[in-house]
Amino acid sequence: MANVFTSFIKNLTGQQPTDIDSLIKHTENTQLVCKGCNGEFGKHQLLRNNMICPKCGKYFRMGGKERIKWLADKKSCEFMFDDFESRDFLDFPGYSEKLEKSRRTTGEKDAVVVGTAKLGGSPFAFFVMDSRFMMASMGSVLGEKITSIFEYAEKNNLPVIGFTASGGARMQEGIISLMQMAKVSGAVKRHSTAGNLYITVLTDPTTGGCTASFAMQGDIIIAEPKALVGFAGRRVVEQTTKSKLPDNFQSAEFLLECGFADSIVPREKLRDTLANLLEIHKAGGAKA
Amino acid sequence: MSNAHEKLKIARASTRPTGSAYVDQIFKSHMELHGDRRFGDDAAIYSGVGFIDEGIPATFIAIDKGTDLQSRMARNFGCPKPEGYRKALRLMKQAEKFRRPIICFIDTLGAYPGAEAEQRGQGQAIAENILEMMGMKTPIISIITGEGGSGGALGLATGDRVYMLENAVYSVISPEGCASILWKDSGKVADAAECLKITAKDMREFKVIEGIITEDFDHFDKMCNSIRHQIKKDIAALSAMTDEQLLAARYDRFRQFGYFTRTVDDE
Repeated sequence: MANVFTSFIKNLTGQQPTDIDSLIKHTENTQLVCKGCNGEFGKHQLLRNNMICPKCGKYFRMGGKERIKWLADKKSCEFMFDDFESRDFLDFPGYSEKLEKSRRTTGEKDAVVVGTAKLGGSPFAFFVMDSRFMMASMGSVLGEKITSIFEYAEKNNLPVIGFTASGGARMQEGIISLMQMAKVSGAVKRHSTAGNLYITVLTDPTTGGCTASFAMQGDIIIAEPKALVGFAGRRVVEQTTKSKLPDNFQSAEFLLECGFADSIVPREKLRDTLANLLEIHKAGGAKA
Repeated sequence: MSNAHEKLKIARASTRPTGSAYVDQIFKSHMELHGDRRFGDDAAIYSGVGFIDEGIPATFIAIDKGTDLQSRMARNFGCPKPEGYRKALRLMKQAEKFRRPIICFIDTLGAYPGAEAEQRGQGQAIAENILEMMGMKTPIISIITGEGGSGGALGLATGDRVYMLENAVYSVISPEGCASILWKDSGKVADAAECLKITAKDMREFKVIEGIITEDFDHFDKMCNSIRHQIKKDIAALSAMTDEQLLAARYDRFRQFGYFTRTVDDE
């Protein structure tokens, strides 16, 4: 009963290729091992298969730019507000080193990419969080970029599609990290009050302050199959309640069952689903 | 011992007045209003309506930790569940309808991290509070009286004015949690508290709060009188604003937070 995806959705994106070919061209074909089944395959094969293990069906996490290029119409992607860099303003132990390491391994400045793109021909603004960068914890830069893209989308009457993934707050930025939750929420509220659509796609893992703010503020909340989504960490809950939790606790399927997600959508259907939702909201919105 | 750790211990002391004590001292002719109209009534949140002063009605929402073992258990040690945040939101919307200011008293280790709380959408409940508070067309004043524990505190602290008592703390993560992640040693609380910057003085420097309230629990009535005085002053200033001005000022209040560098000039 968990997978409620229906097949009524029109094929809106079939005629619109993505940037996947150029993405593959620019990606090294590293050999990968699936943690689910120990199966081995090249990165290119994985990308062709929507970053799903061709052997056991396990979902691999996607990088920010990788995700949006995989999703959006070919050559429609424009990255914005790309010049912000986090800084260690609290002199927090190890923060500078962690930032440096994440920048080196991901080639990104921080844990989110934002911008505009098209899907099935429909324009939208996006943010995609990147869990490879310090577990996409929410520092000043992440808050500033997501806030900025919501402000831009409000000004230009664009819907926002946000892919969430986060370990929660970035404790290395102390209370300023917590304030990002309110800052982004303010921009979400303005965008919403103006009659614009906001869709969140919850990906593995979406937790902590991210769940307790913009991940759960979408008009429509989609989750990827088996994604971990929750507020408190599993270990903390088990310690608090002194009990063992069921395996599916805080899974996308659990979320759907509890009434906190609109639908679980497998990756191969995601483009059509989102394109269809954009289409539905094009006509008869608050803003003509 | 670090100053931050000292404050943390004072903020958590069981002898400190709890949320309801402030309400009962500051409000007059007040009445508790129960329940979220969805699931239940969370006793961690003591909320209702009353007068701040003659002719000034207000809604109060206070997290209360309880004063003895029995009331502490009943109030879940001041860790609200989703139904607590939803009760708070119900009363905030009611306040907005009648143009009453909302006064929140915050003292929590954090939102309750239980299995049922997760099942009923702890994250969603806090997310909705923060979102709705950003659009609430009535003044919101929040006072952190003891612990301001992360998202569980922010769910009541997204206000126009935020104050802290001099020994209160406000933190994105519990120092214990931070220490165990950072050093795999939850015993290094003092170091973590120092690194995180959690004191009222720190918050004032970050402009996260508007002011620090001097503590004088031996003269609690006097202390509460001065809190009432400050609340009245703020209500007067905030009530003079139009809805648009109020919401714009609240937006800007939170919009400014962030430390970063820009490498190129955008646009």
